[in-house]
Amino acid sequence: MINEDIPNLSAFDDESLDKAFAALATQANDDAAALDGPEAVEAFRLEWLGRKQGRLNEVSSRWLKAAPPEAKKPVGERFKTLKELVERLLDQASSAGPTDAALAAEAIDVTLPGTRRLMGAEHPITRTLNELTQIFAALGYSVGVGPEVETDFYNFESMNFPPGHPARDTQDTLVIANQERRPLRDRLLLRTHTSPVQMRTMESQPPPVRIIIPGKVHRNDAADATHSPIFHQVEGLCVDTNITFSDLKGTLDHAMKALFGSSVKTRFFPSFFPFTEPSADVQISCIFCGGKGCRKCKQSGWIELLGCGMVDPAVFAFAAEKQPAYDPKKISGFAFGMGVERIAMMKYGISEIGQFYAGDMRFLGQFV
Amino acid sequence: MKILTDWLRSYLPTLPASDAQLAEDLTLRGIAVEGIYDLGSGNGSVYEMDITTNRVDAMNHFGVAREAAAIYGLDLEPLDSALPDATPSANPFSVRIEAEDACGRFTARVLRGITIGESRDWFPGAEVATYFNLLEQKKISNAVDATNFVWLAMGQPTHVFDLDKIEGGIVVRRARKGEKLKTLDGIERTLDPEDLVVADHVKPLGLAGVMGGWDTMITPATTNVLVEAAWFEPMAVRRTARRHGLHTDASHRFERGADFNASPVASAIVSRILLANGGHIEGDLVDVRVPALEARTARRRPIALALSEVHRILGSTIDKEGITVSTVENVLNALGCELASQQVSKLASRQVSESASQQVRELASQGGKNARWQVTLPSWRLDLEREIDLTEEVARVYGYNGFANTLPAFGEGVRALPWAEHESAVRRTILAAGFHEGIASTFCSAADAALTAPQPGLAVPLGNPLSEEAGVVRPSLVPGILTMVAGNLHRDVSDVRLFELGTVFSGTTEKVEERSALAFGAAGAVPQQSALHPARPIEFHDLKGVVEQVLSRFHADAVYFDRFPAEDGLTPAWLHPYRSARVAVEGATVGWFGQLHPREATARKLKETVLVGELYLDRLYKLALRKPAARDISRFQPVRRDFSLILDETIGWEKIDQALAGLQIPEMVEWRAREVFRDAKLGKREYSLLLGVTFQAPDRTMREEELQSYQTRVVEAVGKAGARLRT
Repeated sequence: MINEDIPNLSAFDDESLDKAFAALATQANDDAAALDGPEAVEAFRLEWLGRKQGRLNEVSSRWLKAAPPEAKKPVGERFKTLKELVERLLDQASSAGPTDAALAAEAIDVTLPGTRRLMGAEHPITRTLNELTQIFAALGYSVGVGPEVETDFYNFESMNFPPGHPARDTQDTLVIANQERRPLRDRLLLRTHTSPVQMRTMESQPPPVRIIIPGKVHRNDAADATHSPIFHQVEGLCVDTNITFSDLKGTLDHAMKALFGSSVKTRFFPSFFPFTEPSADVQISCIFCGGKGCRKCKQSGWIELLGCGMVDPAVFAFAAEKQPAYDPKKISGFAFGMGVERIAMMKYGISEIGQFYAGDMRFLGQFV
Repeated sequence: MKILTDWLRSYLPTLPASDAQLAEDLTLRGIAVEGIYDLGSGNGSVYEMDITTNRVDAMNHFGVAREAAAIYGLDLEPLDSALPDATPSANPFSVRIEAEDACGRFTARVLRGITIGESRDWFPGAEVATYFNLLEQKKISNAVDATNFVWLAMGQPTHVFDLDKIEGGIVVRRARKGEKLKTLDGIERTLDPEDLVVADHVKPLGLAGVMGGWDTMITPATTNVLVEAAWFEPMAVRRTARRHGLHTDASHRFERGADFNASPVASAIVSRILLANGGHIEGDLVDVRVPALEARTARRRPIALALSEVHRILGSTIDKEGITVSTVENVLNALGCELASQQVSKLASRQVSESASQQVRELASQGGKNARWQVTLPSWRLDLEREIDLTEEVARVYGYNGFANTLPAFGEGVRALPWAEHESAVRRTILAAGFHEGIASTFCSAADAALTAPQPGLAVPLGNPLSEEAGVVRPSLVPGILTMVAGNLHRDVSDVRLFELGTVFSGTTEKVEERSALAFGAAGAVPQQSALHPARPIEFHDLKGVVEQVLSRFHADAVYFDRFPAEDGLTPAWLHPYRSARVAVEGATVGWFGQLHPREATARKLKETVLVGELYLDRLYKLALRKPAARDISRFQPVRRDFSLILDETIGWEKIDQALAGLQIPEMVEWRAREVFRDAKLGKREYSLLLGVTFQAPDRTMREEELQSYQTRVVEAVGKAGARLRT
């Protein structure tokens, strides 16, 4: 058996005992130093501490048993020290783990690209819409929505585009089939702007109103790099007592700073929309050149971004048919609207509006 | 529209601003100069202008000059309407307005002995040749150029007839049924009884306010002319122009409201230019007016304006003094309004001295809160009708950027849309599943609508579609998803995961209903290919997992998936009948998904397997969102037992699942199909299923005997369901 090398002791004096135990300690140290992996450690453990044929077992059964009564104690003490040594060596060996050489054999190429989980990207239009609604939520605006197929009344008439008015020419409209025989105000069309939701909201609740209206709109326009028959708008409406033109200015100036950064400046120009008066176009200082003038702003330093104005009393008059509290002598309000594609194109450097609707994975993947 | 600064300055001899400064100041006041081009050699500049449709009065040189005068507080040179004396006429030229609803004023002037020739600079104020050259306006003849010159100068359309071709006199009337007219563009038109025409006593001469007639056109041989300057009602002109598909400078102006008082001035300038090449006037200007229309335009009743209302609408200014009595008066006077101060007139009626009313004025301009006026409106500004219109004029000329940036007080708490949270949960889930969001067309072809509509026959067609391929408002998001998936595959983008959250439409052309839907499409490999792991094609159950995850957002007791034999015709025609499923929640169908029908794949030139589906979100949104509720996690060790089963092909997982659920063993915390495989050693119509069952008690370590008894019950239950243990 493996432990036949444990000699029988003939003398039990201190000197003999020291010598015999020292030889075993030396061997244990030597064995432990040569351990080179988990298997060798296990072999070492079996050789020294194995229950049946472990060396310490042999030592115990032969030396301790054979010792005369007066030598039992000195043998026992030395045995205990040896056992502690072996256990300590084993502990050290097993916690040391595999050797560097063993680890080297398990090397991998860390420069290979990581395996990525596919992450879905929110559409840049959704992202921009959400950003805008959040900016206005912080100013106390709730989200308002309405149908995409609208009546002529909500899309035009109640927004102060009277039947036959030239202002209707500015919004080429897609219409639902077979409307010719219906009364004009009931005719169905694809809404050309999100403004009808203004009227639907006012009809359903008395003032105060603070809503932000994100939505899809349609026009019968030819598609090019910056125009699409399908696009999105965000419209806002604020109605209360004492709402002024300077409130409109302050609100939009804040919103543009929140959207494009605090260094952005706004300026307001007179414009014309049937449903607001006074009406204004808003320009922001060019976000590309900071207002110095570049190709993107046609060297003007300014970029036109949205339309707005004070709600026209004629619009309130339509709302007052169902909610008499919209009395233009007592309340006032402002409305504003902006094209979401245009803002998204500016924010993300998109050059073709058609990319929004193509569903190209490579385009969309950039917005993860 | 192009404006010459030299021409503009001829009406504003004292204008100090440079062309660039003037352009900036005009633009900031809504008279937008889009571009300035230097004409060189002392010719000033030309402005490219973009003026909003409500300001037709400013779409000409004099109109822009009037705006500049208001901005800088300058005096405007009036238009010169002086004419040489006329030779007397025995009978005044006959003009009759029959259509009194549609023609408010018609002036006619007879010129005789004139010479048709080339235009030149006739006299100061009529630099026709110079201005036309700078504007690159084509010169035709002195007669036609004179009318164009007046159009460019003051925006009043005029017309010159060859007098000798007119029979009798002028009648402005509606066309007679079947009447024909060859217009100046050479087109022979059959007139509608609603068309407004300028006629003589025999025949129509021109479409009133739209285009003149061929037969009375000026020719080189013309010696006697009739100069027309008139005011036509906007709607009448608009309808006539629309019916004939015409949009001319004249119709543009009349449709938006011309200046009732401009006719005599315009007529005088045209006449004077023609006379500069010889000839004389015969008789007085014939000027026929319809009082009812004059009352609606040039003689409108004054409107009330209160300074307090101006302040209520406009709010605070940056400048402390802000909008005062004198701001309002200066702005509106400069724009041609006449203001009568109500307080001053009251005092005046009590015979208070001029100096006292002056004091009131000063007081008003300091405090001014109660100042009120009656404002008489200029004839050229038909867009001004109400107090708010005057408020806008004050704000506009004051300068919008002079107003402060203030914020309104808070109104009320923000309310979320009832389905906002639901929609956001759906969107987050499908984004997390690795799908990109797409937005497709709102329209599809009639064929795609028929293929994909959840309710057949309720697709809504458009009256004027963008194209035949976009003839219908989409009844389903599936056509859009398929188009986007195909677009990627055709561009060799092979791994596709797309969804759209949008509106679908159903109903009739009388009533259209809108619903929310979610569609998704996928093709290619899963997971994304890497060098270390082989790719595998995405398949039905990958998509089913996504559907399950979306549904798991909602609180629902009964969710199940089923499919129907092809002959039942229940499966949508766009789906492979045996590789697709219906999803039902609480007994209602909430969607369909699966492999695109191979027939549809071929029709769309798709070689790859495409997975596609649609969920009816309006139905899901009726469910409450699932609220997470935590349960204590057992500290005791779970035990897993595997069962290798052999099943007939006709027995699906659902049967096994139901059999195990029926056991109602609380300690049986989970069971799942770990592996499904087919094997040559099995019967031909059999398959093998490795079932993994996990047992765990919340309060103890389970004993072996307990586990044994549960195992026996599992074997019994799946045995009843038709499975046998593999030995």
